[in-house]
Amino acid sequence: MFDLFRIVENRRYYFILSLLVILPGVLAMIYNVITLPTHTPWRLSVDFLPGNRFEVKFTQPISEDQIRGVFQSFGITNPAITRLGDPAENIWQVRTVFIEGDRAQEIRNALAKVAPLDENSTQIQSVSPTVASQVTQAAIVAVIVATVAILLFIWWSFRKADHAFRYSVCAIAALIHDILIAAGITAIFSALFNWEIDALFLTAMLTVLGFSIQDTIVVYDRIRENLTRRRGEPFETIVTRSLLETLNRSLTTSLINIIVLTALLLFGGASIKQFVAVLLIGMISGTYSSIFVAVPLVVAWFERDLWGTKQRAPQVAIAGK
Amino acid sequence: MRQNTFIRLLIILALLAISAYIVLPMPKPDFVKNLVFWQEARGRDLQIKQGLDLKGGLQVLLASDLPGGAQPTPEQMESARRIIEDRVNGLGVAEPIIQQQGEDRILVELPGVTDRNLAIDLIKQTGQLEFVDAGFTPLLDGTPISTTYSLYGGLLFPETLPTGKPISETLNAQAGTRVYNTAFTGEILQSATPGLDNLGRHIVNFTIKPQFQENFRRYTSEKLNQAMCIVLDQRVISCPTIRAVLSADGTISGSFTRDSANNLALVLSYGSLPVPLTIETTRDIGATLGADSIRRSLAAGAIALIAMIAFMIVRYRLPGVLSAVALVFFMLVSLALFVLIPVTLTLPGIAGFLLSVAAAVDANVLIFERFREELRGGRTMRAAVEAAFQRAWPSIRDANISTLITCAILFVFGNTFGASAVRGFAITLSLGILVSLFSAMFVTRTLMRLTFSEQAETIEARRAVLLGV
Repeated sequence: MFDLFRIVENRRYYFILSLLVILPGVLAMIYNVITLPTHTPWRLSVDFLPGNRFEVKFTQPISEDQIRGVFQSFGITNPAITRLGDPAENIWQVRTVFIEGDRAQEIRNALAKVAPLDENSTQIQSVSPTVASQVTQAAIVAVIVATVAILLFIWWSFRKADHAFRYSVCAIAALIHDILIAAGITAIFSALFNWEIDALFLTAMLTVLGFSIQDTIVVYDRIRENLTRRRGEPFETIVTRSLLETLNRSLTTSLINIIVLTALLLFGGASIKQFVAVLLIGMISGTYSSIFVAVPLVVAWFERDLWGTKQRAPQVAIAGK
Repeated sequence: MRQNTFIRLLIILALLAISAYIVLPMPKPDFVKNLVFWQEARGRDLQIKQGLDLKGGLQVLLASDLPGGAQPTPEQMESARRIIEDRVNGLGVAEPIIQQQGEDRILVELPGVTDRNLAIDLIKQTGQLEFVDAGFTPLLDGTPISTTYSLYGGLLFPETLPTGKPISETLNAQAGTRVYNTAFTGEILQSATPGLDNLGRHIVNFTIKPQFQENFRRYTSEKLNQAMCIVLDQRVISCPTIRAVLSADGTISGSFTRDSANNLALVLSYGSLPVPLTIETTRDIGATLGADSIRRSLAAGAIALIAMIAFMIVRYRLPGVLSAVALVFFMLVSLALFVLIPVTLTLPGIAGFLLSVAAAVDANVLIFERFREELRGGRTMRAAVEAAFQRAWPSIRDANISTLITCAILFVFGNTFGASAVRGFAITLSLGILVSLFSAMFVTRTLMRLTFSEQAETIEARRAVLLGV
């Protein structure tokens, strides 16, 4: 029978659930690499691409949302809109991906319909990307180095336990799990709803990394404590006990984070919604993976049984006379 | 013991009061502002410095100004863009944007910079190249010097009379500073290219424009075996000794590497920028994200904070109320630190701060869950408080250490590769983590001790309501 609390024994179901979430995301990334003109796993925003810069001066006040609406009606989903100079001047700067000359003129005409333009102070130019590819590469290298450092740290802090290395490898596996889920779901939204990743995506991934490690370490720590306090108990029992003991904390912390992020998602500004959504996904995944991935994987390694289906030797023997 | 707790409470209240005074928007007298002596005098306003994505700043559009309206090559523009980027980074401006625009323009955005002249001066500094007579004592590379040309336009060749303010020379002389004679400006050079001599050492070849060759010959014959310093923006970049009488061309040799020879040739050919640039426009720029967006997000943050505190109180009752105090302490002290250090707040920075808020809450949750466990395990109230902090500490410590390790690595990489977004994230997160450790292990603990030792009986009597256990 399926018992919700037999997390470790039923690990195969949780592993399958994770794969079911990760797989479509990975497929979406591959699909995007093949179909997108940039050959990247996500649709890139103007931050990463050469594009256009519109500088428009209106003769009447106009809101950021009105301008955004015009660009969106031309299929430009994520323009970076900035007010220039004094608000009374009505000068705006809009950065977009690259737009053909004719369409740029059409957009200009559409803008002029929303509010009259001062033709003399309005110009359209091509610009280079704001986030250079070297920066992105540097960030990726930084994350890899940080991951290795965390691996070493967990290894060291578990040095008294058997096979400390296994804990750290499984913590990193959970971390990769969370990054894949957050990045994969972003890729799915990128393919379905034309989500574009901007400079903030990098930050979102870093934050997901933080959530993931924090959660995993707390659960591991309880295992470490119970390993010394409850010598003699079977490993699986200790692990399950530790999971259940930290479950309250995991759920409470997670719930608080969900409350905070949901508030930001519902009431926050339009320009950070996508960022917050990625954080929310990554944070939920981080809590999930600390319980259902990082710990069961350690047990699987110790039992050399990934799915938890091997026949086990009976734990109680009947003594003969 | 009780006196100890009382002193701790005083420390907490003092920190809280100071932080609140720094963070809350109230007028502060100048002597208070000047207490932050480690900050630059111009910026001592005791306000949170916001990045361009939050606050806006100065936008400068530079255009190439090649003689005769010639078009710069893409390589020239790219290296000009990089040099400008280096200069802006040298200014310590957080999260600048320097991008090429069209074929001959560079767009520079400087967050938080309001002093137009300062920014413009630094960008406009296109590099004045001078050849300076240093007599028989060559100067060390990098030495800042005063020259006749930079002070009042005085030149030995062609001999120009002082036209500007010779007073400055007198002033300098009085101050004991030597004013060196400028022999030529960079104008005399036709070209400069890196190369190799017969022995395979790196050198720089140069040629002199025909109209200056006679002057150059006269000068080099007069000053044979003396040093002629190459000076860029009043700083010595190389100080070769004249070894032959030259007129049309020559070489500069020394202990060059391939890169340093290349750089010197570049500087000699172009001044410090490969393309002369003029400022086309400067203007104040609004926030990248839009002020409306920011205002809404701040309001959302306030709602989130209230919801978070409400949740903690509902779930943990009396300890929840204490943690609300600790969280307010955490936020005020963090923000005060951002003001004092100062940390320029950007969106990635706020994300880092958000993550540290999560860590701060998590520390309290860990402690309170332990507290409940210990109570259920039958410990007395006071013993449970001590045990909760002791037992929760390893988890809190390890989780935060791993975050701090990550921050350190992100910071180093962000700094090295100019990924300022990554750096901003790491700075606010690591500061927040440190403050959250203090707020959980010092503030929450002191408040818990105080409450549970003074009011143990009252709490015990209403245990179900006040503790939910």
